[in-house]
Amino acid sequence: MSQTCKQGEWVEIHYVVLPAEERSPDVPEDTKKVPLECWVKGWAMSSGKVGEEIEIRTPANRIVKGTLTRVNPGYTHSFGPSVPELSTIGQELRAMLKEDD
Amino acid sequence: MFRDLSYNAVMARRGEIMKKALGLEYDEFIYSDIAFDYEGMMEKAGYSLDEVRRIQQQVGVGNTPLLELRNITELVRKTSKPGYGARILVKDEAANPSGSFKDRRAAVSVYHAKKLGYPGVLAATSGNYGAAVASQANMANLGCIIVQEVFDSRHVGQPEIIEKSRKCEAYGAEVIQLTVGPELFYVSLILLEETGYFNASLYSPFAISGVETLGYELVEQCRARYGKDPAYVVVTHAGGGNVTGTARGVRKAGAKSKIIGASVDLTGLHMASDNDFNKKSFTTGHTGFGVPFATWPDRTDVPRNAARPLRYLDRYVLVTQGEVFYVTEALAQVEGLERGPAGNTSLAAAIALARELPEDEIVVVQETEYTGAGKHPQAQLHFARENGVEVIRGEPKLNVPGKVIAIPEHFSQLSVTEVDLDRMRKSYIRNAVQRNKVSKITQEELEFLAEDTNSSPEFVASVLESLGVEY
Repeated sequence: MSQTCKQGEWVEIHYVVLPAEERSPDVPEDTKKVPLECWVKGWAMSSGKVGEEIEIRTPANRIVKGTLTRVNPGYTHSFGPSVPELSTIGQELRAMLKEDD
Repeated sequence: MFRDLSYNAVMARRGEIMKKALGLEYDEFIYSDIAFDYEGMMEKAGYSLDEVRRIQQQVGVGNTPLLELRNITELVRKTSKPGYGARILVKDEAANPSGSFKDRRAAVSVYHAKKLGYPGVLAATSGNYGAAVASQANMANLGCIIVQEVFDSRHVGQPEIIEKSRKCEAYGAEVIQLTVGPELFYVSLILLEETGYFNASLYSPFAISGVETLGYELVEQCRARYGKDPAYVVVTHAGGGNVTGTARGVRKAGAKSKIIGASVDLTGLHMASDNDFNKKSFTTGHTGFGVPFATWPDRTDVPRNAARPLRYLDRYVLVTQGEVFYVTEALAQVEGLERGPAGNTSLAAAIALARELPEDEIVVVQETEYTGAGKHPQAQLHFARENGVEVIRGEPKLNVPGKVIAIPEHFSQLSVTEVDLDRMRKSYIRNAVQRNKVSKITQEELEFLAEDTNSSPEFVASVLESLGVEY
């Protein structure tokens, strides 16, 4: 992935919404220890490097400032590898359907 | 203009922000902190069934097929006592434009936003509702922001939620991806204030009236094809809107079918916990929403929640994560329908419930949802393993939320655990009294509590006595 973006490129930025000490009093102890963070994507308003602060224009036409995290961010989630615990279920059920009552 | 964006300042403005973002005056329906005119609100603020049908037809939402699961029904009969095993039907809600029943809610919310002249719509949701709102917003040519809870503090997110972000972004929506915490609501308020967008809340009367067509259609389809009403309608229960809207539609169609809510049992995992966040393999349809939203509905982003599941639930049952993954596999393998997984929670329950009924009865599972990368048993189970959860084949009772996922070894092991609804009713009444800090309630409030818990004034009175509250 490119470490730099040009103006107008699709990028992702990150910023802290609430530092740990300003979080809602209702959050559990473990969550209270960490900040509330945000990632949002949009078009870079200027060129920049990953790790630098940059402004973006979001799809809803807002201007948001944050640290550049990714340039042309995509998706890597998948269907996952085959899971052995699932792989025989179909055969088991088909065999049951063939059994006489 | 300077706006104080600190947590406390924004939360203090919540009433004002919500009112502007919903264009709905709740005050006229509210009698007191405890009681309000629910039916009045639904009638006046929502849309009639005919209006909703017309709105949804225009955007290709609804009229989904009701499919008979012949092989699964056969498997149920093979594992039931002789003569038992009701026919199982499923409403294929994945056939909606964005792939789930949430399009029904979004269609009405977006229609209303457009009618009132809002420039865009915002929804705070990590579920299928985000994609539904984004899809509907495109059809109405409105802007769209979806606020999601996606990551833990390591910046790790479940494949299922990442997919839901992707889908919203595919529709061109702005997606705000947050780490775990209830401050999702705070972020939404800031954005509503900044953009002047409509709050396409899951819990407004518009959204709930959108689900009524689902209940109505399934009864109509059942009658047309089988000449009878379903004995049970099984509904995946999370925030309560699915149960409420479906049940209202079933009743409007004049059917007396039992409304049975089903959730995945995630007891013991805290929904706002950074550590627990990625220990669960279901991001919705589970007890982490199902129980709190039933026992205290007014915890949402609207002044009064239109989703009030205790009014409608005849039974509430739990299934395990492993059972839902098993039936998701079964649905694909013996019915040729690759759907879910989370939407199959009600199917897992329906299999056990159908065994209670004679063969000539009907059980309707009222939704499916689309499957995709991330939203898939393999992706979710692989992720669970990576996060320290053990995955085994074994009987459902071996499931321990956050620790063990046991995939049943045999179809006959599918079962449900009954939740004591009276306990939930008591919990609701306790919440109503304690959260509103009252020591005495009026006759009107007592009657409201009876109505809202689908119990009786005597039942409410006995609970109030045990709490030391005068009435």
